Amino acid sequence: MNVPAAWYLVLAAVLFGVGAYGLLTRRSALIMFMCLELMLNAVNLTFVTFSRTMSDIAGQVTVFFVMVVAAAEVTVGLGIVVAIFRRRSTTSVDELSEMKG
Amino acid sequence: MPSINYLAILPVAILLGTSVLLLILTALVRGGLATKVSTSISVLAGLATLVVSFVQWSYVAGHGATTTIDHAVALDGFSVVATGTLAVALVMATLVAHDWLAHGSVVGTQFHVLALAASAGALVMVQANDLIVVFLGLEILSIGLYVLAALDRHRSASSEAALKYFLLGSFASAIFIYGAALTYGATGTTNISAISYFLAGNVLLHPGLLWAGGALLLVGFAFKVAAVPFHLWSPDVYEGAPTPVTGYMASIVKIGAFAAFLRVIVSGLGTQMDTWRPILWVLVALTTVLGASMALIQRNAKRMLAYSSINHAGYIILGVWAATTRGNAATLFYLMAYAPVVVATFAVVTLVGAPADEAHSIDRYRGLGRRQPLLGAALAVLLLSQLGVPLTTGFYAKFAVLAAAVDAGGGAIALISLIAAAIAAFFYLRWVLALYAEEPVELDRVAVPRASALVIVLGVALTLVFGVWPGPLASLANHATLLFTP
Repeated sequence: MNVPAAWYLVLAAVLFGVGAYGLLTRRSALIMFMCLELMLNAVNLTFVTFSRTMSDIAGQVTVFFVMVVAAAEVTVGLGIVVAIFRRRSTTSVDELSEMKG
Repeated sequence: MPSINYLAILPVAILLGTSVLLLILTALVRGGLATKVSTSISVLAGLATLVVSFVQWSYVAGHGATTTIDHAVALDGFSVVATGTLAVALVMATLVAHDWLAHGSVVGTQFHVLALAASAGALVMVQANDLIVVFLGLEILSIGLYVLAALDRHRSASSEAALKYFLLGSFASAIFIYGAALTYGATGTTNISAISYFLAGNVLLHPGLLWAGGALLLVGFAFKVAAVPFHLWSPDVYEGAPTPVTGYMASIVKIGAFAAFLRVIVSGLGTQMDTWRPILWVLVALTTVLGASMALIQRNAKRMLAYSSINHAGYIILGVWAATTRGNAATLFYLMAYAPVVVATFAVVTLVGAPADEAHSIDRYRGLGRRQPLLGAALAVLLLSQLGVPLTTGFYAKFAVLAAAVDAGGGAIALISLIAAAIAAFFYLRWVLALYAEEPVELDRVAVPRASALVIVLGVALTLVFGVWPGPLASLANHATLLFTP
């Protein structure tokens, strides 16, 4: 079975949209991290699809970089969440509103 | 294996190497490394980077601009001058942090390790000639900064700022890399020079993919430089992060992000100028005007400087908007003028807010110029330079950007920015007047340690000397863009 490349691109765009929507509307820091991962993996899918249609290896190589960056980002993010949780026993972003204006 | 020009990557290698070295030393030395030692090592690394940038300058002047590592890294006048500016800002920010670390609320070498690594990321952005390399530099810079923002664990605002910065920063990075993916799909390459050649030689029948990619890249950059309407994170992060970190952030991020911004938009997508120029036009108008107006209603010095830095970002984008050689030179000149001044300004704010790093109300500055004339005068000069008063570098920076914009046919946008500058004048002047206000409130003297004093003197000296005599800086910026490879 041969699935057209455009379908993959559309799927990636939808995944990216879902991730972006979730990041902007959800209030739990952990779910926001998951949405972030979704966005980055949608990017990976896009790179692989273009790489395949153009028979160019560069796009697939890029995916490894993005994966490493995603891992590093989440490591730091979780560290920050743990630091906040120790202080306030919450991971909800709504309760972090000390600064305003 | 692609060939490697080691001179080109030497600055990055120095900063990353020193960062790793500091980590190892911290682990090896019994009882931890003394702050004095770690600061000296960081400052030496910064100075070494500055020296290397001079060597690079003479290399570029002799051999012309070049790219290395499979054309992914550029060595041209633009990157060299930006590298030098970044090194100066790094040294100054490190010295400010030294006095802050001496208070003891944050102990250890973390600040220096992270600051060096993040600066290496900014240098990668400055030299990047490939969208993927820009992304990697952006992430090395940002991930270091997220941790730096969270460094002060005694204040809950610090970790709150870090989480906000992290969430919105990562969101911006994801948008940026999606833009890179779509641009790759449209042009078949992620190399900025190759994109530019491809677009110059081909007519795209369906430019939608490229436009979407370019727009996402633009949004990613706008987030990073805190352009309105993507600025919402910036005041909270500036306020919450430890003040020396804020100063570091304000200078280093601006240099790295704008250098990459210019290279991607003007150099890579220069042929699509008619498409992205109107978007930048709106960004400039919103950023300059709203940045200045929002600063007017702030009572906290750090938030005020956050909006002031948003306002400055608007002027720098104006230089990018011009998209001419003159505009590029103006952008570079603006960064050179702005970076030392903003670090020195935050040095003063750090001292006034010390030791708890909480007292940043504007009322703390009332009568400062009467109680401590030297410190007050220094802050007044720095603020006036940010405002763009003649005889300071800020004046020539604003003038160069506006002139470049008018030259490129942007009379209207130059006028809007000029009005914004007039609005901005209100809050800078209000602050300066507060410094010399009567009825000095009963406040303790602000202690001025030696390293911070050095930074403040350096910032004031740079802005005044090159304000009276801007020739050398201006010719540096002009030559840098003559060597700029598209």
